[in-house]
This record gives sequence, structure tokens and C-alpha cells, in this order.
Amino acid sequence: MNAAPDRRVPEDIRKEHSMLLQKEMIASHYTALAHAPQQNRKVVYTFVPGNLTELLRSFDLLPVLPEINALQSGMRKLSGDYIAEAEKYGHSEDVCTYVKCDIGMLKKGNIGPTGERLPSPDLLLLSYTGCFTFMKWFELLRQEYDCPVAMLHVPYQAEGRILPHHVEYIVEQLRSEVIPKLEQVSGRRYDEDRLRESLRLSAQAEDDLVWVLESAKNIPSPIDAYFGGVYYIGPMFTAFRGTAEGVAYYQALRNEVEDRLRQGLGPLTPEGVPEKERYRLVVEGPPNWTSFREFWKMFYDEGAVVVASSYTKVGGLYDLGFRHDPTHPLETLAEYCLGCYTNLGLPTRLELLRQYIYDYRADGFMINSIKSCNSFSVGQLLMLRQLEQSTGVPGGFIESDLVDPRYFSAANVKNRIESYLQMLEQKRAGATA
Amino acid sequence: MSPELAAIVERAQLLTEDLSLTSVRTWKQAVAGRKAIGHMPIYVPRELIHAAGMLPVGIVGAGDRLEIIRGDAYFQSYICHIPRSTIELALTQRLDVLDGMLFPSICDVIRNLSGMWNILFPDRYVRYVDLPQNFDPQAGGTYWRHELDTLRNDFVRLTNRPIEDDALRRSIAVYNENRFTICELYRARSLRPWFFPVSEVYPILRAGNVLPPENHTALVREYLRLAPLEPDRRDRDQSRVVLVGMFCEQPPVGVLLTLERAGCWVVDDDLLLGLRWITGDVSCDGDPVQALVDAFLTQSAETAARYLPDGEHGRALVESVRRNRAEGVIFCAPSFCDPALLEQPMLIARLDREGIPHTQFKYSEDTGQFAVIREQAGTFSDSIRLWSEA
Repeated sequence: MNAAPDRRVPEDIRKEHSMLLQKEMIASHYTALAHAPQQNRKVVYTFVPGNLTELLRSFDLLPVLPEINALQSGMRKLSGDYIAEAEKYGHSEDVCTYVKCDIGMLKKGNIGPTGERLPSPDLLLLSYTGCFTFMKWFELLRQEYDCPVAMLHVPYQAEGRILPHHVEYIVEQLRSEVIPKLEQVSGRRYDEDRLRESLRLSAQAEDDLVWVLESAKNIPSPIDAYFGGVYYIGPMFTAFRGTAEGVAYYQALRNEVEDRLRQGLGPLTPEGVPEKERYRLVVEGPPNWTSFREFWKMFYDEGAVVVASSYTKVGGLYDLGFRHDPTHPLETLAEYCLGCYTNLGLPTRLELLRQYIYDYRADGFMINSIKSCNSFSVGQLLMLRQLEQSTGVPGGFIESDLVDPRYFSAANVKNRIESYLQMLEQKRAGATA
Repeated sequence: MSPELAAIVERAQLLTEDLSLTSVRTWKQAVAGRKAIGHMPIYVPRELIHAAGMLPVGIVGAGDRLEIIRGDAYFQSYICHIPRSTIELALTQRLDVLDGMLFPSICDVIRNLSGMWNILFPDRYVRYVDLPQNFDPQAGGTYWRHELDTLRNDFVRLTNRPIEDDALRRSIAVYNENRFTICELYRARSLRPWFFPVSEVYPILRAGNVLPPENHTALVREYLRLAPLEPDRRDRDQSRVVLVGMFCEQPPVGVLLTLERAGCWVVDDDLLLGLRWITGDVSCDGDPVQALVDAFLTQSAETAARYLPDGEHGRALVESVRRNRAEGVIFCAPSFCDPALLEQPMLIARLDREGIPHTQFKYSEDTGQFAVIREQAGTFSDSIRLWSEA
């Protein structure tokens, strides 16, 4: 018989195995990056949505993801200075703060999150997936680095479905643009068998990730699918998809969540496990990174648990059934790119959120509208109204930014969250009266 | 001003200011069954719309001529202005005359606006025109061909009549002529800008958003004939500048007038760039759809909304400065315009390397205060003249 779980132990002193594993994986990746020039390893800068990690790994190339560096800088309170540095160089206050954080970091010596200098790219792999700013971002980086650029244009899923000529277009670009440049940079030939093996591992880890995310359908949910979710997607969305380490991480994570589920525990948060799951929420939009823990605590304090989120789908919608398919390696990469959340038309995004509200038995949904991110933000006010109308579930709306600390007003955000949850409470009371 | 010139300028101004698209309604009513297709900036293949017997109608928001009541409820404060006034136009039935809307892939705002259109107006024809960012004939070319074939089929369904290749070739020729004439106007203005004040040139150009291209070409030609006949128009000691950043959300005319009054001759700009996106003639021979594909791949204007495979940002701008003997560049971009504002540092770096003076400010289509712009542009113009004399 299991001992009664201690819900009050803060995470500061309680780390689950998967957390330690992820920490080690990320640290070792950054260490490998820091020593890449000495070890003659080549480095490719690319983006999270539509990343081609398996393909890069098949050439023994190391990926660097500037969004991850930016969000890490945000969490470590470094982004404000980096943004100011970029604005000093003439970058507008109006544009994406990920870009400015990255440019600022570069201008200040390109010191990565672990305090070690990141290597310059040997290739900029511009996977233009779901975000126009990506294109401008790498055009800006191109001015800074003397290295080739491979451009992969991924068409938008405006019609809500993947069209065959979109897949053909991407595969053609992989064959004629991306792979030749990867061959050139790495000095290796394209090895399709190696890619297939990596894709097989991806699918294995994807199964476990989906299981973890869908565990939130249980009441109480054993996970937080937004704040906790960003940790769960970390290895999958970055450098570890298609690796044995990635598979091991997701197996460990699944085991832990299974254990929590058996014990009837809620999610582990930095403040401990919530006493009670009072509200089940769906969240649309990325989190704020500069006050991430404070933001999470605002939900924790109210007993609000996020059971599904769109942000955890920016690197792939595995819960809708997509798996990397080793039998069609390039086609599956194309379909993966096409299917990332921000590459979906607004009606599709709306339907997905509506489905989440039903499937995860949510009491409400909240939109965190991000100043920096037009790809997410444009249309969210319409989505709010449409979702309320179609589900009868009230929505909340807050505004913040990714990594610009000037745009996180803690008092204002907290006030809005509390007011929104009070409204949910009143609605609930009204329904039972 | 001669009565003839005054008449055509007034006509163009009325067309520009008419948010209810009366001229489009009149055009449709003239022949039963006519249809009109709206499109957002920057580029859509208007030749295909024209060949289908429909009228392409450029929509660039409502400028400073419409109070935004409902549109603001759809967009957060940090999003540019053009989508909110465009939604306002649609929600106030001003765009009902349009039988469809095209949203080209210029940025995430216009992209998501297409989805909003799908949700708000589910019974209307809406298409996101996803332009290729890969300019290789085998990759981007094949993809774009497929997109154009789809558009062509859509238009056939909308009009219930075929689009013959010959009709498309004729439309290509019509638009070649239109672009050539617009470029003639730009050349003429560059040579003698005092004959072609921006208060006239802008509405004359913008009339091309709503007029059939044949009529617009005739209008531009007439303007080109009449404007230099004005006896009172003389050169003044003004600085020659190129304007950059106005390819989508348009500035209020007051901004353009302010620049001129502050001592700047505008000798080139990227206003309404879609009217001259293709920088040369599209071939009228052979397969006309393929001709449109080839023109897009090889003759697209260099601007912030498209990928430049060679990374030579600012090359076209520097060429324009040289070609037009401009003395400086004014970056005037809409607030929150991702393409223009993200491109700007690259362009500035290039200008700095070339020793070309520049200044910058932002606007919104409903900007109402021009004093700061006037002061800034005036100072810039004065400083250029001082340097030139040195």
C-alpha cells in the first residue's frame, strides 16, 4: 500500500525523475553546443514549429533554436536587457520580442542560457512554418553571420486540410534545397535509413507524449497541460525528437504521470500539488516567460488547472493522430510541418479549442494574448466570442508578452484571472441553485 | 489648375474617398451578372480576375475617413490599423458589393484576417493566396502554378463561364499596359516632381484599386498629359526623397502632403505596390498561366513581404535612390507593421554603408496630427540640402 502523498512539499525540494532527466539532457545539449567548434561539430539554427530535428540528427548536426534561447533568457530575467540592446540598434519597439531578445543576446556575445557562448551557425535553416516573423528573423541573422541559408517555405493550412500539392512542394524543397545544404555543411551524404530509424523513435516518444497530455481528461487532472505542459513538450519540440534519450524521457514521464493518476494526485507545481482542482481550464496562446512562475502561481492559488492548451501544439498536433511515419520519411516531415498549430487556419484552431473544452470537460477557457505574436493573437477576440457562443462556456482574456518584462503587469493579470474565476464560480453556483 | 486637370483629379479623389465602393456598384449594375472580387495588399494575380470578366477591387482599409466602432472590438491595441478598418467596412455592409475576397500572404495579420473572414462571412468566397517564398521554378513555380490553376477554377465556378487562354492573354496585355503607364508616371515625376504633386499622384494611382484597368490606364495617361501643362508649377528648392514602408496600410493623404510641404519631393515610393508588383511585362505568348508564374518568380518587386534568396536587402532601395537621383530616404511605416519594421534595420544598414541619409517615423492610417512629422521631415530636408551644398 502506498503511503499517503504529501501534497504540501514544494517543488524546490521535490524533483521527479523526468525533471532531472530533462535538466541533464538540456544541459548536455548546451554543453555540446558550447564545445561544437572544438569538436568540429556543425550547428544549424532553426525554429521550433516545423523543425526537422530528425533530418538534422541524421547528418549529425546540432540544432539551436533561437526561440528556446529567448524564452530561457526570459525565465532567467535576461531578456529585458537583450531587448533594450536590440532597440538600441534600431529594432522597433513594435515587433516580436523573441527576435529582439535573440538579436540583443547576439550583440552581447551570444552567451546561451547556461552561461556558455553559443557557437555561430554553420547553416540557418529557415523553416517558415506558421509565422511570418520567422522569415524576417533569419534574414536579420543572415546579416550577422557568414553562413548559408536553407529556406523551407511551408504553405498555410487555410482550408483546414493538408493538400497533396503542399506536401509535394515541401518534399521538393527538402530534396532540392534543404538536403543538399545539409550535405554540404555536414560533409555527409543523406542517409534515408538513418532518418527512418530516427522517425521511428519519434513516433514512439510521440505516443507517450500524447498519453501524458490526454491524462488531463481525468478528474482531477494529474498534469497541468500549459505551465507543466511547456516542460513536457521541451524535449519533443527541440533537440531530442528522434533520439533514444527522447524516448527514455517520455517513458519516464509517462510512468510518473501514471503513478500520480493511480494516487489521485493533481499536477506537481512549483508551489506543490494543489489541494483541490477547483477549475479546469483550456488556455489559448503562449505563456509569459519573464514572470512564468508568478503567472503559474496565480492559477495555483485559485485551484485552477489547465487541462489543455494550444501552445503545447505549436511543435505538432500529435493528439489529433499525427505520428512521424518512417515509411514515408520526407512526406511525413512535410505533413508534420504543415500540421503545427500556428499553421492552421482560424476556423480549424477554433474547432480544436471547442473540442478541447468538451473532451477535457473544461469549466472555462482563457486566452493569453501576446503582444509580440501576431500569428497567435490576431483573431483571438473573435475566437473568444465564437467559443463562448458555441460552447456556452465563458472565456477570459488577458494580455502579456513573451519575453518583454515591460508587458507583464502582474497586478492587472492577477486581477483579471481572479475576476474571471469568480465569474465561473458564480455561474457554477447559479447552475446548482 | 486647368478645368480638365481639376476634373480628373477630383474624380480620382472621389473614387479614393468613396468607402461604399459606388463605382464598383455602378460597374456591376451596368451589365447583369457582373461580379467583383476584393483583395488585400500587396499582390494578387488580377489578370485572372479580369479574364474571368470580374472586377478586381483593391481594399486598403478606410484610412482616416471612417470612425471605427465595431472593428476595434476585434483587434488588440498592438495590432496595426488596416484590419480593424477593413472589418469595420465589412460589418457596415460597405463591402457587400464584393462577391469574394482574396487575402495574399503578406504577414500574419492579413493571414489571420482571412480566417476571420471565413468565420464572419461563411457564405462568401474567401481565399488565402499563399504566394511562394521559394522562387525556384521546380519548387515554388510548380506550387504557384497549382495555386493559380485553383484560383482559375474557383473563378470559373463563381462566374459559371470558362476562362479561355486567349482571354487571359488579353488581360495580361491590359495589365502590362497599366503597369507600364504607372511606371511612366513614376518616371515623369522623378524627372520633374513639381509637375506631379503627391496630392494628385496618390489619388490618381489609388483609383486603380477600383477602376477597370483599361479606364485606369486612360486616367493615368490623361493626367500625365495634363499635369505638365500647368504654368504655375515650378521647381522649388526641395530635397528629393524616396519613401519606404507604405506598401500595405496606407498613410492618410495628410502625411504625404506634410512631407511635400516640409520640403521633400517624393521621387519614388512603395505606396500601393501591388499595382506594379511585377516589374516588367508578363509574356503574352504561350501558356498564359505559366507566364504569370514565371513573372512572379523572376519579376516580383523586392519588398519586405517576400523572401530574398540572395539576402541582398536594400539593393533595390539603393538602386532607386541612384536611379531617381534621390538625396535621402524616409522610412515611414505603419505602427505594428511586422514586415516593414523588421526589414527596416537591414535597409538602414545598407543605406549607411552607401552613405545615403535617412530618417524614420511611423504612422497609422487614421493619424490626425502631422506637426511632428512636418518638423522631422523639414529638419531632414534642410539637413540634406546643407550637406548637398557642402
